[in-house]
Amino acid sequence: MSTIPGVVAINTFREAVRDRVLYNLIFFALMMISASILVGEISIGISRLVIINLGLSAISIFGLIMAIFIGVGLVSKEIEKRTLYTLLSKPVRRWEFLVGKFGGLLLTLTVNTALMTLGLAAALFYVSGNFLRADVSILVAVYFILLELALVTALALFFSCFSSPMLSTLFTLGIYVAGIFSKDIRDIGILTLNPVMQAAARVLYYVLPNFHNFNAITAAAHGESIPVSLIWQNTAYAGLYVALVLIGASAVFSGRNLK
Amino acid sequence: MGTPAIEIEGLTKDYAVGFWRKRMRRSLDNLTLQVQEGEAFGFLGPNGAGKTTTLKLLMSLIFPTAGTARVRGRSIDNVRMHREIGYLPEQPYFYDYLTARELLDYYARLFGYPAIERRQRVTRFLEHVGLADAGDVQLRKFSKGMLQRVGIAQAIIHDPQVVFLDEPMSGLDPVGRREVRDIILDLKRQGRTVFFSTHILSDAEMLCDRVAVLLGGKLQGVGAPGEIVSMEVYGMEIFFEMRAGSSLPTALAGHAARIGERYRVEVQEEQLYSALEQLRSCEARILSVTPRRPTLEDYFLKLVARDKAAAHPAGESAR
Repeated sequence: MSTIPGVVAINTFREAVRDRVLYNLIFFALMMISASILVGEISIGISRLVIINLGLSAISIFGLIMAIFIGVGLVSKEIEKRTLYTLLSKPVRRWEFLVGKFGGLLLTLTVNTALMTLGLAAALFYVSGNFLRADVSILVAVYFILLELALVTALALFFSCFSSPMLSTLFTLGIYVAGIFSKDIRDIGILTLNPVMQAAARVLYYVLPNFHNFNAITAAAHGESIPVSLIWQNTAYAGLYVALVLIGASAVFSGRNLK
Repeated sequence: MGTPAIEIEGLTKDYAVGFWRKRMRRSLDNLTLQVQEGEAFGFLGPNGAGKTTTLKLLMSLIFPTAGTARVRGRSIDNVRMHREIGYLPEQPYFYDYLTARELLDYYARLFGYPAIERRQRVTRFLEHVGLADAGDVQLRKFSKGMLQRVGIAQAIIHDPQVVFLDEPMSGLDPVGRREVRDIILDLKRQGRTVFFSTHILSDAEMLCDRVAVLLGGKLQGVGAPGEIVSMEVYGMEIFFEMRAGSSLPTALAGHAARIGERYRVEVQEEQLYSALEQLRSCEARILSVTPRRPTLEDYFLKLVARDKAAAHPAGESAR
């Protein structure tokens, strides 16, 4: 981590930790403890399913909130507080700063997700008393959540390079929701007879991030195995998409006057 | 003479202003100047003159509409140029969740120093700016003067040859200003080039080999503080005391000001001997006679007044 993006990333992670961002883990822990006690009382046989569903959904939602709300401030906060002025007066290229900020938030999200996964594992062990071979799917589902968070972070960072935090939040949330329904958008295009609409739907389908494929929560909760090909496909897709978004962000930010 | 430390050629910056109908406003107009190695160079001008814009352009924080600049022969677009410069922004703000030691370590890391060297440098520069005892205090607990000092430390943590300081004395109390002045003098003694913007003219007169005066984005003059202001004598200032019971000479009574037990009067150079004769005749005790030369401040104020007059001619305001 001695490269410039690495140095910036470590500082971004330190900022998140000192800003008490990881306090969300306390809420997660309290939620998992309450849920574990509750499912023991009300459900017979489906306690594992409830805990896995609840735990993975919470990991995804908590991560998304962090990725969006911290992500949109990654650049704008540094400009607003003018901390970026001293940083860019050092031998730091603007793209190195962006990659560092992205890496720092991703590191924060990874640590946060890893700790929540440990909490989920503890709750699961508490309600069922054992782990099953099929529980590997939980780890795959968590990995998919992380890929999804990387994509959302890149988008939030991209928007924060040229718009206010509020607008960036709206844009990122909008793209996230549209990305969940990207397959439906394509299907609507197929159903319509208007060729312009068909073309527009097809373009949207390819341009919008396809978040639908990253949702493996239901499969993990039901103990279904997740194909290895999907793991490779999602990894390659997220990696490529993140790289393209970061290149776009660098192109926008490199020409920006810092007032 | 070798390569200048700083070469600025025709640097111009226009900003778009307005929301719907954008208009261009020129913030810096065709600035050309050179600063030699080892010089302490003052960049003077009132607020809005274009000083900070120039520094931001040199740091590549904003991009010029026209013109170029080089530092030690390297274009300002070249990221390697930043290894040789240090920069303190105006009213600096740093990551307040870090301690001073962590902040300096962070900046030193960006230059790729190994851990042992970083530790040594951080300790050395904390001592240099008088913050040795506050190294482990979070920056959110620092006073403005302490932040300014940590700002200077981060600007010189890598021993740069050229140091840019934007209003380094602004907002500091007299003690803080003196400390910052001492640091600048120290950098100068070490042979570094110091380029600093200020509107505190006494500091510039005290520290600078040369100054440039900027007004409305345009360069008004460059030279040594003594050169830039005319060496003509404005008048002669006489301090004197009167004997008990005696009264002021009639010719001086109209414009002599009483300060405690003393009087001060200012006369034209050619009237000096006649004024002294009158004071002698009424047995006044002469305390001092000093020629009053224009200061940098006088020059500066004259330029500002001329600029205002040009912007709002008397006839125009009456209409």
